[in-house]
Amino acid sequence: MTGGDRQVFNNRTINKNAAPLNGDRARIQGEDTRKVKAPDFAYERPESLDQVFDLLERHGDEARILAGGQSLLATLNMRLSSPGLLVDIGRVPGLAGVARAGQTIRIGAMTRHCDLAAAPPVQAHLPLLARAVPHIAHPAIRNRGTIGGSVALADPAAELPACCLAMGATMVLASRGGERRVAAADFFQGLFRTVLEPHELLAAIEVPVPPAGSVAGFDELARRHGDYAIVGLAAQGVPAGAGWQGLALAFFGADDRPVLATAAAAVLAEGGGIAAAQAALDRDLDPPGDLNGDPATKRHLARVLLGRVVGAMAEGR
Amino acid sequence: MSADETGLTFLDRPNSYIGRSVPRPNARRLLQGRGIYVDDLKLPRMAHVAFLRSPYPHARIRGIDTAAAKAAPGVFAVVTGAEMARVCTPWVGVLGHFKGLKSAPQYPLAIDRACWAGEAICAVVAASRAEAEDAVALLAADLEELPAAVEMERALDPDETVIHPDLGDNLAFERLLDVGEVDAAFRDAAVVVEETFQVGRHTGVCLEPRAILADWDAGEEKLTVHHSFQAPHMMQDILCKHLGLPEASVRVVCKDVGGSFGIKVHIYPDEMATVALSLMLKRPVKFVADRLESFTSDIHARDHRVKGRMAFAADGTILAAEIDDLTGIGPYSVYPRTSAVEANQVVNLVGGPYRHRNYRARARVVFQNKTPMCQYRAVGHPIAVMVTEGLVDLGAARLDIDPVEIRRRNVIPDDAHPSTAASGIRFEQLSHQAALARLVEMMDYPALRAEQAALRARGIHRGIGLATFVEITNPSAAFYGVGGARISSQDGCTLRLNPQGGVVAAIGVTEQGQGTEAIVAQVVATAVGVPMEQVRVVTGDTDATPYGGGTWASRGAGIGGEAAWQAGKALRQNVLVVAGAILQADPASLDLRGGRVVDAATGTERMPLAELGRIAYFRPDTLPPGLQPEFVVTRHYVPKDYPFAFTNGVQAAWVEVDPDTGFVRLLRHWCVEDCGTVLNPQLVDEQIRGGIVQGIGAALFEECRYDRTGQFLNATMADYLVPMAAEMPDIAVAHVVSPTLSSEIGAKGAGEAGTAGAPAAVINAINDALRPLGARVTSQPASPEVILRALGRV
Repeated sequence: MTGGDRQVFNNRTINKNAAPLNGDRARIQGEDTRKVKAPDFAYERPESLDQVFDLLERHGDEARILAGGQSLLATLNMRLSSPGLLVDIGRVPGLAGVARAGQTIRIGAMTRHCDLAAAPPVQAHLPLLARAVPHIAHPAIRNRGTIGGSVALADPAAELPACCLAMGATMVLASRGGERRVAAADFFQGLFRTVLEPHELLAAIEVPVPPAGSVAGFDELARRHGDYAIVGLAAQGVPAGAGWQGLALAFFGADDRPVLATAAAAVLAEGGGIAAAQAALDRDLDPPGDLNGDPATKRHLARVLLGRVVGAMAEGR
Repeated sequence: MSADETGLTFLDRPNSYIGRSVPRPNARRLLQGRGIYVDDLKLPRMAHVAFLRSPYPHARIRGIDTAAAKAAPGVFAVVTGAEMARVCTPWVGVLGHFKGLKSAPQYPLAIDRACWAGEAICAVVAASRAEAEDAVALLAADLEELPAAVEMERALDPDETVIHPDLGDNLAFERLLDVGEVDAAFRDAAVVVEETFQVGRHTGVCLEPRAILADWDAGEEKLTVHHSFQAPHMMQDILCKHLGLPEASVRVVCKDVGGSFGIKVHIYPDEMATVALSLMLKRPVKFVADRLESFTSDIHARDHRVKGRMAFAADGTILAAEIDDLTGIGPYSVYPRTSAVEANQVVNLVGGPYRHRNYRARARVVFQNKTPMCQYRAVGHPIAVMVTEGLVDLGAARLDIDPVEIRRRNVIPDDAHPSTAASGIRFEQLSHQAALARLVEMMDYPALRAEQAALRARGIHRGIGLATFVEITNPSAAFYGVGGARISSQDGCTLRLNPQGGVVAAIGVTEQGQGTEAIVAQVVATAVGVPMEQVRVVTGDTDATPYGGGTWASRGAGIGGEAAWQAGKALRQNVLVVAGAILQADPASLDLRGGRVVDAATGTERMPLAELGRIAYFRPDTLPPGLQPEFVVTRHYVPKDYPFAFTNGVQAAWVEVDPDTGFVRLLRHWCVEDCGTVLNPQLVDEQIRGGIVQGIGAALFEECRYDRTGQFLNATMADYLVPMAAEMPDIAVAHVVSPTLSSEIGAKGAGEAGTAGAPAAVINAINDALRPLGARVTSQPASPEVILRALGRV
């Protein structure tokens, strides 16, 4: 699942005109309208990118971008974070939607998971995303959660960051000064950490149209449908004889960020076979233990997934 | 079940609603969102409380600086443990019939020491919950972290921290039982099997969390407590005792309850604190546990390590069983039911379905710095069933006897009752043989075994697991009353006939979402002889219902239902006396059916009930002199013949194990059980199914995970895995009916059978699938990692 796992509604302190961060409680009339549980925050819903940048520049670290809200609101309600200002980008034009331009498919950051899977360019050219989306949590969350939110949050167990890595995507980071582009491989910096600067907004994700003959593979092992994966694999490549061209194996739930298994991919590219690739995987992955398994269990399950996903890709499944 | 004076049995009543899946009267209201839960209530001047909870498993409270919190916006009061102790006295969770059981005084707010991570140590009352939480964040608690006793296996080590030094050690309770010639039986056995079983700590996870709204009206000197709870009269009694109030001053109201499962039948410090705060502040105070608080302060359950062994003769006859149970209960024995009951039940229930006469057991209950543990659905049963059925399967495998066959050879025969198990529990009438036969037929056992063999040849590992069980229901005073707990085992039902022919039934058993009110309406309508739509049921109000125990230990239908039946018969008789006078007929020649007075022999209508009501209430002058209609009747019931009405049943699971990933797929599940008279088949079947799902949760998913320092690691719904619909199998349910003769309706309980047997069925099925691979799991939940380790893959 993505970073978003809980559908949370919260009606506190919604006041577009409140001066943010002044500590003054923006009250809605009536005793019980200030429900539990989030700490106080101010809320703005800008209607242009310029207004977004104004707010980000003015509030720096205190501001958090609110996209689909499927992770952020849960952390607020558990009082795990307490930003001074939420900047809701839901009304900023041009941030949602999927379009092809030449050999690039541009996915707006505010594209919701449900729309992503159904978008014609995704259906036609990005089977990896189409396969991954049904694994993200549950329909109610897919209806709200966005690709930009998931990627910017950088939850190491989420599906879409790994897909971006496997597809060789480029992150488009917008700021007052224009856009800069960062490869997915450089974007993710660690547990919930990316190269995004406080004044920047993840505006879009650009994915190259895979070459002819490319096949995609995706699977994850989760205790219950919709749970965070114990370990998962997003893969893409072109079969070439016994080997592969451009094979990318992106594991998630296996480290503090999505990881490209380059050693295993190199073995497969040379036609070295799955067993050898599974053996090579130990050089790629150094998974920390978590509630679902210790490092040895995660390594084992990653090897099993590698065999299943690449095996299915080789058979054209 | 017996024939009444008309010669009709309970089931034969004309227009009977018994045995029919009639819709629940409250279903429409609940589905329309019109349920009234505690958090829906808003009272004038209502305040909200939030608690500062200890972040440490064990800590000395040096002091709490409350100044900043007191000055925070909206705050009415900040109250520490010492201040609250002046209003509410402490309690000790012990019972007289558990000899040696000890515990320490527990306060609504910890005073000097916090004993688990999550224990409330200070309360903030404010105009809103959010303001109360903001102010809690401003409390500066000076806490000195103390060494914690965490692992139950180490609790009794000489160098382990003793949580309550006054008690001397961490041993709360120990029970020893030695019946027959155990050593000789093991010595002479053809086969002895041995295993250690781990059952993880888990909890109830109610949709509606614990919630309480206390309203002290200083003018009337009346405390009204709206409570999401199972036992309103018990709560009333305890509030009186610890707050120093007379009974007439306390009313406890439990309207709609969003699930309880035994979680909401215990005394919780934060709830007592909320009531005390209402007294202190003379205003309504509400507390609703959030999900994190629920995980860290609702009672947990299970957490047992049982070493077991079983002796068999060469023909598979069980000769003897021996167990050694160790369980960790947190830092206090929970009041008033105590935390010794689960271990006690394990001792009572191991080997329960079988004929052997030699049995030795030891159970030790130890303190630890974790969330307190107490009774949750199917108390002790799933542990006892896992141990017993796991050992039986081991014996069957060693002796190469089919798992169905070995059970067939060992269960107490259906014609051998009344009987007594080796542990001393007494059975009035069980039906193991019939249930097993029905199960084998339902699941087409031979065909399933053939399918299993064919799939194994293709590398697909499926397994069949069986679990035979007995279930404790309809408890008498033997459960708690004899130990000194003021917990009612009797229940009453008051019926009132209204002029238009409607009947109001007020009853002491309560509705938790399981359908108690439907059962009561069915029984009353049948017994009185009115349409069910004419019956309105009132539950959960100490000012409005007869005194009773509420809902626990599967007692609602069997005990509440019998009280309702007796009251209904009495009301009908009273009505017929009046009808006889009006119609100048012998009352014995009349009956009440479908809301009409009829001729009993022919069914011909003599008079509508509404006409009788009109005369009795508005024209009593026309009745014969000396005839006083008594249209309010009350009857009570408590089982006395047996301490408990044991039920029995058998479950089977059909699962597929992926040996590469350790993942288990649940394919099918079956249960045949015998709860006596089935009052409402749909409600009973859904109790069974829901119970099975909770049992599957224990077997595969649910666990309260702690690190070695005593910190709870997975207190969110993302990390604590409750069973979800997508992973659940289809569950087929069937019944054998052996009514109890202790009551006329003959109903026994059905609330816990599913949870009792499901974990053992699933684990046995996993082990059946793993057997060709030489692996075996013995700990729950059987996560993929547990299975991979058993397989030696990691």
